[in-house]
Amino acid sequence: MTAISVAGLVKTFGTTRALDGLDLTVRTGEVHGFLGPNGAGKSTTIRILLGLLRRDAGEVSVLGGDPWREAVPLHRRLAYVPGDVNLWPNLSGGEAIDLFGALRGGLDRKRRDELLARFDLDPTKRCRTYSKGNRQKVAIVAAFASDVELLVLDEPTSGLDPLMEAVFREYVRDLRDAGRTVLLSSHVMSEVEALCDRVSIIRAGRTVESGTLTELRHLTRTPMTVQSDRPIDGLADLPGVSAVTVTGTTTRFEVESGTLDPVLRHLAQFGVRTLTSTPPTLEELFMRHYGEDSAAAGARPVAAGAR
Amino acid sequence: MNGFTGTPRLTRLAVRRDRVKLLVWLVAVPGVGAAVLQSVVSIYATEQDRLLYATSSAASVVARAFNGPASGPSLGAVVNAEAYTSLAVLAALLSTFAVVRHTRQNEETGRAELLGSAVVGRYAPLTAALLGTVAANLLSGVLLAAVLVGGDLPVAGSVALAAAIAGIGIAFAAVAAVAAQVSGTARGANGLAAATVGLAFLLRAAGDAWGEVSVDGLRVTSAWPSWLSPFGWANQVRPYDADRWWVLGLTAAFTVAAVGVAFLLTSRRDLGSGLLAVRRGPAGASAALLSPVGLAWRLQRGVLLGWAVGVAVMGLAMGSVGNELESFVGENETAAELIAQLGGTDRLVDAFLGAMMGMFALAVGGYATQAVLRLRGEEAAGTVEGVLATAVSRPRWLLSHLACAAFGTVGLLALAGAATGLGYGLVADDVPGQVGRLTVAGLVQAPAVLVLAGLAVVLFGLLPRWSVALSWAALLLCVLFGQLGALLELPQSVLNVSPFTHLPVVPAEDPAATPLVVLSLVAVGLLGAGLAAFRRRDLAIG
Repeated sequence: MTAISVAGLVKTFGTTRALDGLDLTVRTGEVHGFLGPNGAGKSTTIRILLGLLRRDAGEVSVLGGDPWREAVPLHRRLAYVPGDVNLWPNLSGGEAIDLFGALRGGLDRKRRDELLARFDLDPTKRCRTYSKGNRQKVAIVAAFASDVELLVLDEPTSGLDPLMEAVFREYVRDLRDAGRTVLLSSHVMSEVEALCDRVSIIRAGRTVESGTLTELRHLTRTPMTVQSDRPIDGLADLPGVSAVTVTGTTTRFEVESGTLDPVLRHLAQFGVRTLTSTPPTLEELFMRHYGEDSAAAGARPVAAGAR
Repeated sequence: MNGFTGTPRLTRLAVRRDRVKLLVWLVAVPGVGAAVLQSVVSIYATEQDRLLYATSSAASVVARAFNGPASGPSLGAVVNAEAYTSLAVLAALLSTFAVVRHTRQNEETGRAELLGSAVVGRYAPLTAALLGTVAANLLSGVLLAAVLVGGDLPVAGSVALAAAIAGIGIAFAAVAAVAAQVSGTARGANGLAAATVGLAFLLRAAGDAWGEVSVDGLRVTSAWPSWLSPFGWANQVRPYDADRWWVLGLTAAFTVAAVGVAFLLTSRRDLGSGLLAVRRGPAGASAALLSPVGLAWRLQRGVLLGWAVGVAVMGLAMGSVGNELESFVGENETAAELIAQLGGTDRLVDAFLGAMMGMFALAVGGYATQAVLRLRGEEAAGTVEGVLATAVSRPRWLLSHLACAAFGTVGLLALAGAATGLGYGLVADDVPGQVGRLTVAGLVQAPAVLVLAGLAVVLFGLLPRWSVALSWAALLLCVLFGQLGALLELPQSVLNVSPFTHLPVVPAEDPAATPLVVLSLVAVGLLGAGLAAFRRRDLAIG
């Protein structure tokens, strides 16, 4: 069961190749994190998924349909929060919410009023007086108050304060519990780690990683710190071990998943007093993919020390 | 650091941002002066013509209301009467928009906040906006005076006229400075300032309409309302006649007082706030808003209302001059020939009314272009993204805006005809007959205007980023062909490019069906082509 499936998606703007064979699979009922630096092609992908832009090549299916040709019936079943929420300056926030709801095919009045209260949004203010965060709240309330199968959220919390972000997370969890599918593009790693079942990381218009967080961690090295009775040697010769630094009895190194067993046996000879293993955070995974240039220069931004 | 720190730098920034607008300003004001001067010299060449002009415009209530009080038969006085309204309104509006752009609009967009955090005094933005605008007015005044003197008009009168016009601009710059403090939004401030311009114009028009004609019938003494308006003061200088310089003192005193009020208000309010609170809206939408057409109507109705008021006032005024036309133009052959040429008949009144309907068609072409280009406005602003991500198809969204544009076009043309008919009917004592006849004459223009609208749709579909400039260029071309084609003796094949060329001149001619049907079909064809192109392309947001 897939809600969104994209294969080999290509989109060019003039001479710029914005998407260069992008793949993306979002399963029905999951919250899928969509990560990438600015300009990687996240918003372009989302606009193609909504039929606002036309693809140049590749396969795209949203809720089983072609988003370009079947835009209207598909849009009845999904809700979208754009990255840049643009509203009509002379409409009130409440009017804009009702309008989006009605154009999408109806909205739950009770849920709308509850959302307004939870997000602390004054619906009588004119849209021209709203801050970025409040404009986002308008789009979020309109999307969450609609009864839809799929929610497409493009950096929805970039203008929200931490309190509102917590409310947002609560609602996303409710949606997942109700069996809805969510595609969440975000820059906030903690948010993605907290909410998402699976994650796709894109870079320069291509997908570089995709899977659950555990799977992604498996693909990468784990930093370890060991304090031992005697200085450790011979570690660098073991398979899968890298970046070894020995400072007296403290040793730091990185090890690939699946090669941990021989490493632990080797360490045992030196009288291990403490052993700290820090699985990489999503942020570190993320930085590793974008920071490839800086990693080559030996400045990999992995937090040192035990956690 | 005092309240004015940073003013010179901000003034340079304002001039840099407005460099194109300023250039247009500095060309437009002397340009209008030169154009009027040239046409007056050719149409009212003899002393006899000008005596006739002065007596008929002193006697006509409408001429007094539109052109100000007659001031004798000199060539300069006729130029003053003919150029005054255009120049005065131009200077007033350019000045108010400029001041609001560099004060309230900067606050609204947040630019002022960034500037305010730098070494910039509290009064510097307002001072810079006023300095730039005053300088533009003075410079355009110098150029205007030079053009007039270059046309062999008396130096004193030319300088007086230019100073009076610059005075109007400066006075309304001060009005805009106050409006920018009072209103919390740039739109509100522009509206407030424009409303003041309108009120001042009405006061002047009323004062001059109620004025007394002198014994020799060549001059008018204005009634008191004219003396309450900056527009009135400019008239009361009486350029090329009395050259009363002291009246400019009233303009100066008013400006100083208004600027003082603006500075006082600046010192008492917070950045970004106005004295008038932004009104709250409803907490929920009414049922009328909840459809694409409902939304389009909500977004378009304000513009249409403004046009409707303008068209109705112009129609009434133009219609009511109809009857005076015989005496006004009767003995001036050049003017009569010109009208017959534009109106296509010797029956002067019908020719005049037909020419008026042609003018209204071009004016409503401006509305239609503006209304269709709202599509591009919504796309550029990004609001279309949210709408098209709902269950609204592209054709439905596009057609909802076009329905408003078409309704407005037909409605405005009918209104223009009806108002002209009412005005003429009142003076000719035949209200029902004239209203009916001229409403038809107005509606006959619709197919040509809709062709222009269709062209804008095609441009929106094919070249979204160029559609605004090209659509307005097309309208401008039609205006040029319509107004100057016959005078410039352009070949018919060139004139045929404009849809307006093919319209029958109603009421002088009977409306012929063929051109109207063909034009309607062309309009529908263009609309279909534009829609097809829009369905195929990417959204071009921003």
